[in-house]
Parts: sequence; structure tokens; C-alpha cells
Amino acid sequence: MGDPPPDPETPPHQPSSRRSSQASQRRSWELSQPQPTISEEGPEIPLDDPVLQSGQGILASETNLQGWSPGAALTQQENLMFQAEEGQLGGVEYPSLNMGFPSELQPQPYLEEGGIQATRNASLMLQQLQQGQGNLFQQLDSAYLDTQPGFLGQFSMYQGEDLQFHQGAPHGPYMRDDPALQYSPSELGFMPFSMEVPEPEPRELAVQNAKAYLLQTSVSCSLSLYEHLGNLLTKILNQRPEDPLSILESLNRTTQGEWFHPRLDTMRDDPEMESTYEMADRQKGLFLRSGAGAEGEQAMEEEVAETAVPNIMETAFYFEQAGVGLSSDESFRIFLALKQLVEQQPIHTCRFWGKILGLSRSYLVAEVEFREGEEEGEEVEEMMEGGEGLEAHGEEEGEEDEEKVTDIIPKPMWKPPPVIPKEESRSGTNKYLYFVCNEPGRPWTRLPHVTPVQIVQARKIKKFFTGYLDAPVISFPPFPGNEANYLRAQIARISAATHISPLGFYQFGEEEGDEEEEGGAGRDSYEENPDFEGIPVLELVDSMANWVHHTQHILPQGRCTWVNPLQKMEEEEELGEEEEKADEGMEEVEQEVGPPLLTPLSEDAGSLRTSTLAGATSTVPRTSTHPCRPPFSTSIPAAWTSWR
Amino acid sequence: MDAESLLLSLELASGSGQGLSPDRRASLLTSLTLVKRDYRYDRVLFWGRILGLVADYYIAQGLSEDQLAPRKTLYSLNCMEWSLLPPATEEMVVQTSVVKGRFMGDPSHEYEHTELQKTNEGDKVFEEEVVVQIKEETRLVSVIDQIDKAVAVIPRGALFKTPFGPIHVNRTFEGLSLSEAKKLSSYFHFREPVGLRNKTLLEKADLDPSLDFMDSLEHDIPKGSWSIQAERGNALVVLRSLLWPGLTFFHAPRTKNCGYIYVGTGEKNTDLPFML
Repeated sequence: MGDPPPDPETPPHQPSSRRSSQASQRRSWELSQPQPTISEEGPEIPLDDPVLQSGQGILASETNLQGWSPGAALTQQENLMFQAEEGQLGGVEYPSLNMGFPSELQPQPYLEEGGIQATRNASLMLQQLQQGQGNLFQQLDSAYLDTQPGFLGQFSMYQGEDLQFHQGAPHGPYMRDDPALQYSPSELGFMPFSMEVPEPEPRELAVQNAKAYLLQTSVSCSLSLYEHLGNLLTKILNQRPEDPLSILESLNRTTQGEWFHPRLDTMRDDPEMESTYEMADRQKGLFLRSGAGAEGEQAMEEEVAETAVPNIMETAFYFEQAGVGLSSDESFRIFLALKQLVEQQPIHTCRFWGKILGLSRSYLVAEVEFREGEEEGEEVEEMMEGGEGLEAHGEEEGEEDEEKVTDIIPKPMWKPPPVIPKEESRSGTNKYLYFVCNEPGRPWTRLPHVTPVQIVQARKIKKFFTGYLDAPVISFPPFPGNEANYLRAQIARISAATHISPLGFYQFGEEEGDEEEEGGAGRDSYEENPDFEGIPVLELVDSMANWVHHTQHILPQGRCTWVNPLQKMEEEEELGEEEEKADEGMEEVEQEVGPPLLTPLSEDAGSLRTSTLAGATSTVPRTSTHPCRPPFSTSIPAAWTSWR
Repeated sequence: MDAESLLLSLELASGSGQGLSPDRRASLLTSLTLVKRDYRYDRVLFWGRILGLVADYYIAQGLSEDQLAPRKTLYSLNCMEWSLLPPATEEMVVQTSVVKGRFMGDPSHEYEHTELQKTNEGDKVFEEEVVVQIKEETRLVSVIDQIDKAVAVIPRGALFKTPFGPIHVNRTFEGLSLSEAKKLSSYFHFREPVGLRNKTLLEKADLDPSLDFMDSLEHDIPKGSWSIQAERGNALVVLRSLLWPGLTFFHAPRTKNCGYIYVGTGEKNTDLPFML
């Protein structure tokens, strides 16, 4: 800040040239910037003028100071002048240069009197700084005999920097053109500094030079050092960080950065925050709709309000006790989104299945059941399954074959395996319908039904979800479908493996149907047991036999109920051309049997985790320090589906 | 995540689905302040939770003034009583690399691993089957160390280096801007730099030595081993590691909030290249 070298020299000038310099300064200031305080000072000026000009005597600084004290009024005005000028010019860069001035030697009250109007906090601090420095120099020996060389030295210091006010040789202070002008500030107006005002005193000149240098801006940078330091110090003083010296460099960087990235006008929209606001708007829609809905419901409270929307907050509370789950505001938003879904679709029951994390976006999955008789007309077209494609290809080859008479390429013997038909809606793996959305507030998309071949393939591959339903799943062995199908297949597998409940919560309905007719798959429906009394938590934790699966196991075939593919094949072959060869390739297929519904976990094969999935699927129940009471325990067993 | 802003950080990191139950949170708040006092750490981080079959390990780390100095790791089973873990050594890492599967949850559990060791007896070379006992504590230490070295994340600008040596927390860090926050290059590995010296001079010319003194995430192999998502419509940026599934790093752009937490089984995802 400023130039340290001249400092030792300026105080020596102080005693000798103070009077003259101050007087001249005063004069020059008066002329250049009309000050409101000029009038106060008016009568006193002519006094000093002739006296000070001649006064080049060497005075000790102390005596000078003391000499000034009776003339305190004078210095006071000088201070005011000085202050006002500082205020106008910013005054940030003055501390070292202003040390010589008596302003610092005067106590604070002088500063506060008049010139503070334009000064900022910075200058107050600077004044204190100056005071401190001034006190330092007070102690210096005051016997400075060489004033003239000092003058010269001072000028030579600034010559290099002095672009506008270049001086080759020192000039003495010029007489004013008209001393009378001092008394009428209003007529002065603003005059070009260089024309009317005589060459300023070296001290002041040095100050101006320095300031001009600091105000320089170059072609590459429109920010001058002066402004930058001003911003920096203002920032420091506003924020008052601890230990500012250690973070000075970073503050410097930050301030520089701020110059180039100023705060946008409040009327303009911040482009970066667009999507945030958009999302917030969309979610606001969720809240408002629910608000309107809630009022309607309250009016109908007397009716049995068996809305399909589950009590998400309650289940979230229990999950939280186990250390699993999303934050409470996200759970609430999911609740609202589910409500929205229920309003849009004809839904009988609905459940929040879970969240699957993806690479770019995540999926929120809802498991729903449509009302009886509702047609699911929005079936998404399934991708061409591999089998059908290959069959067509085989026929084409046959055609080509007939054209070429010379070379008869043997027809491929291979027939694609028979396509296992997918399960009907509302049964087996397609018992429930699944809707997904990426974030609460976005529209829900329905997932297509899963086919057995998709489940079989999904068991063989392990891929991350990207978050886009139409993304292709590139894997080996190739997966028949896109990400929506893969997602649905994984959901089916997870549901089949991990949906559990305490023993006795569900029971079989009283069916009198013959088990064998259903292909030996056992019963596939259950109902709540009204007599369920709950099992003590400790027992639930200790033994796996107290937990049972309540979703059907998926057979290796990919379905819950077994279908003999050969029967289908026979039907197809009658229509096809290659009857004889097909018989040769037929294999005996055994009926696949899986564990029946409501099998306890202790019968699970292998360890308590499936190692095929990326995220660990744990079916281990947890207890927290406050075990939940039995009637509510159904919520916990359905937990712990795999979180990716 | 910083123990001082534990609640907020847990809230922000909850998008991954795993968090802490309220009683654990409350006990952490109390016990971590005690740990800070007793061990005289400058900062205490709640590192995360390793799920075991029987019980979970809660891990915390204490930092001294220099942010990149080796950290002290503590573990607890009930979030109240913390025990110091020994620092990880190369030997430990090698030894425990043979152990697969989930953590048991019992620190004194020993894994048995049979190795074939060649012993020379005179001219003949015998291969003996030696059963090596590996303690779960050792495995815990090495897993934590590996996770830290591989996937601990810090945003660019949160730490700065002074010429005197120690790395300080940058108190003027005001968060990344939105456009920066979505780029992997604005995040660094929170560890001693490994690949920095191999950069070409051209690349180094653009770096700021006081801020860019750690490896950035964008050169991680395999590419795409980080999933970067913006939740709540850009109000929160979440990075999830795919190499160590369970590590979540969150940052709210334009604010100082950032941190990472690991909640997972402590198993590396070695199938990563196939899954991408």
C-alpha cells in the first residue's frame, strides 16, 4: 500500500514543510474541490500565507505539534478538508503517504466532525492506522536539516510513476491567481485542476501521483488496483473473518472473481437456477393439489375413507427406526406423488415399493393393483423376442436355399427354444402393476408386464440402471428388452425373493380347489389373518422360521406357475413345416417345482443373501433399541428390499 | 461428514436410502463431541457405517490441523463407546484381500483362510496347507483405508495449500457454482495425490497450485465409476461411487455444505466394468 521508501523521508519534511504544505494544500484543495467546510476556514487563510511560504525553518516535530495545538482550529479544518477530499477520492491508499500530516496526531473527534460524510469505514480504520504510524514517527529524531534534498528526493521517487503530473524539477508553490476567489466557493465551480490551480506541494503531488498510478487500468483488465483493494478491504471489514492474514490470498482471489461475476440484476433470472425453480414449481403443484384434495376429504370424513394411498409417513417412521429410508420431506413428497397417481389411475391398492438408484437418475417405484375389471389398455409393445426373430431368419434362409440350385446349404437344424408364455395379469409375477417416476412431481410411467424369458436373462446379467426407461441394455447374454423391461424383471425378482411377513400374519383362504389342477404350484393367494396376535420381537429375530415369504417363488422357467413348453411346441409344429425333424430334437422336460407360498425363511437355500444382485439383498430383520409392537410388524418385514 | 453439521449432512445424504435411526443420531451427536475433546482432534468426521450380519460398525475419523495428514480411525458398535483402530499398513491390506463376503459384526471374529505355503526342507519343496487367522478388526481397518484412498471426495476449493506446508480448510469456500458442480473435474480425491506428477506441463499450467494439489475424479479408471446426480432440481448434487457401492458424497452448490458418508457392506464391486 503506497510506497514504503518515501515514508522515512516524508516525516522529515513534516516539521519543516508542514506549514507550507498544509497551507498550500488547503489552498489547492479549496480551489479544486469546493468544500462545504471552506467557509469555516476562510478567515484564517490569509494569515498563514505569507508566513508559511517563507517558513523553511527547521522545527522539531514536537514543537511543531505543540505549536499547532493552539492553532488546533486550523489543523482541524485541514483535517476536515483532508477528510472531505479523502471521502471524495476514496482515500484508501493514503495511509503511508498521509503519515506526515497532522491529522493522525489529532484525536478522533476531529475526524468525526465534518468530513465523515463521504468517508467510509475504511478511512476510519486508515486514520487509526495513520495515527499509529504517526505515533511511530513522532519518536523519530526531529533534527532534519535537509529539507531541500528531501524535496528533491521525494519528487524523484515519483517521477517514474508520474504520468500525468510529470515534473522534471521541483517548483515552488505558486501564488494563487486571486486570493479573493477563496471566499466564494459557489462561484468556483469545477475547474480543470491543471489550469487554475498552481502546482501542488510535493507531498500532495506525490499523493496524487500515487493515486493516479493506482487508478490505472490497462487494456486487458478494466479493474484498477485501487478499486480492487477497495473492494477487498471493504469485504474484509464487512465479514470480519478470523485471522484474515492467513486467508488474504484466497480473499484476494475471491474478490477478483467477484468483479467479473457480479451479482445479477434482481430483475433478471439466474440461468443456472432455472431447473431448480422449475422442479420446485412442479412440486408445488403436488402440494397444492393435495391441499385441495384434503379439504374435500375432510368434508367427507364420515364416510369410510379407504383411500388407496398408503400411509407413507407411518411406514417411513418405522423404517427410520431401523436406520433405513429416505429423509422425511422426501417421504412426504413421495406420499403426495402417490396420491397424485391414485387420482389419475383407477387404482385399487397402492404401495410404495421402493427406490432404485440409477446412474443419472433414480426410480421411485409404486406397486399398484387396478380395480377389478379395469382393462390395462396401455400395454407397451414388447420388444421382439429373440425366438421369433430367429425363426423368421430361418425361413429366409430356406428361401434363399431354394434359389441356389448348385449349392445346397444344409438347413440349420437348430430351432429356437419355445417361447414360454408370459403370465396373465394379476397372477404370478404379474400380480401387481408397477409405476415408476424419476422424482416426485414428474409423471408416472407404467412398466410393462414381465415375461419369463426376461426374468431368466435378468438372472444372468448384472447391469446398472441409467435412469432412462428407454435406454438399451447392452449385455451378454443379450437381454431381450430395454431398461424398462430390465427394471421390471428386477422388480419381479426382488419382490419374489424378499417380501416376507411374520408367520401367521397371512393365511391361506379356504379354497377347495384341487392342488394338482394348478400344476402343483400350490396356492397363489392369501389373505390377512384376522386372528393374528403377533409374535414377540425377540422370537422374530432369533429364528428365521418365524418369517415367511408371501410372494410366489419364481421358477427357473421364469414363471410362478409351471407351463410345459412342449405342449405349446406340439401345437406350433402342426402348423410349421419341419415336423419330422422337430420330433427328434424334443427333450423330456420335467416339471419344475418351487417352494409353495408362505414358506418360512429357514427353508431358503443358501445363505441369507443373494449374491447375484449388485446391492446386497438382506433378509435379516433388524431390531432397534425400541422394538415395534407386533400389530405393526408387517411394515418391517416388507422392508429391506435391495437398495441399489 | 463433519460432526458439527451432522444432522444437516445426514439429511442431505439420505437420498441413497441408508441413514441412521434417530437414537443413533442422537448418540452420535453426544459421543462425537466427547471424542473430539478426549483425543484433541481438530475436526471429527463421521465416516459411516459398515453393515455386518450380526451388528454394524459405526466409524468416525479424527483429523488434525493438516487435513491430509494420516487420520485416526475409531469404531463403535453402539455409537457411544469408541475404540481407536490401528493405522493401516500394506501388509494388512494384502493379508485381508483374501477375505470375501460380508462382515460379521463382531470385531473379535476370525476368518480362517487356508493358504498353500511352500516350505523348503532340504532339497524337497513341500506345499503345506496353512490356516491363517485373520481378525475382523484387521479387515475393518484395511477396508476403511481402501475406501478412503479410493473414493473419499472433496470439492475443489474446499482445501488450500500454503507454502508453509499444512493444508487448511478454506474458510472462504463458498461452494461450487452449478455448472462446476456437475463436472467430475471439480471434485478431488481426499488423499495424497498419486497421479499429479504424471501430468504434462501443459495440463499443469492451468492448475492453481494452492487449490489443485490433489487428484481429480475425472481420471478414475474405469471411466464412469462415479454416478453424478442432481437432486431436488439442482439444489443438491450427489456423487455415488460405483466401485464401492454405498459411498455417497453430497454437495449443495453455492453453499459450504458438503461431505461424504459410506453406508454399505464393505465389499468392493469387482464386477464394475461389466455393469457399466
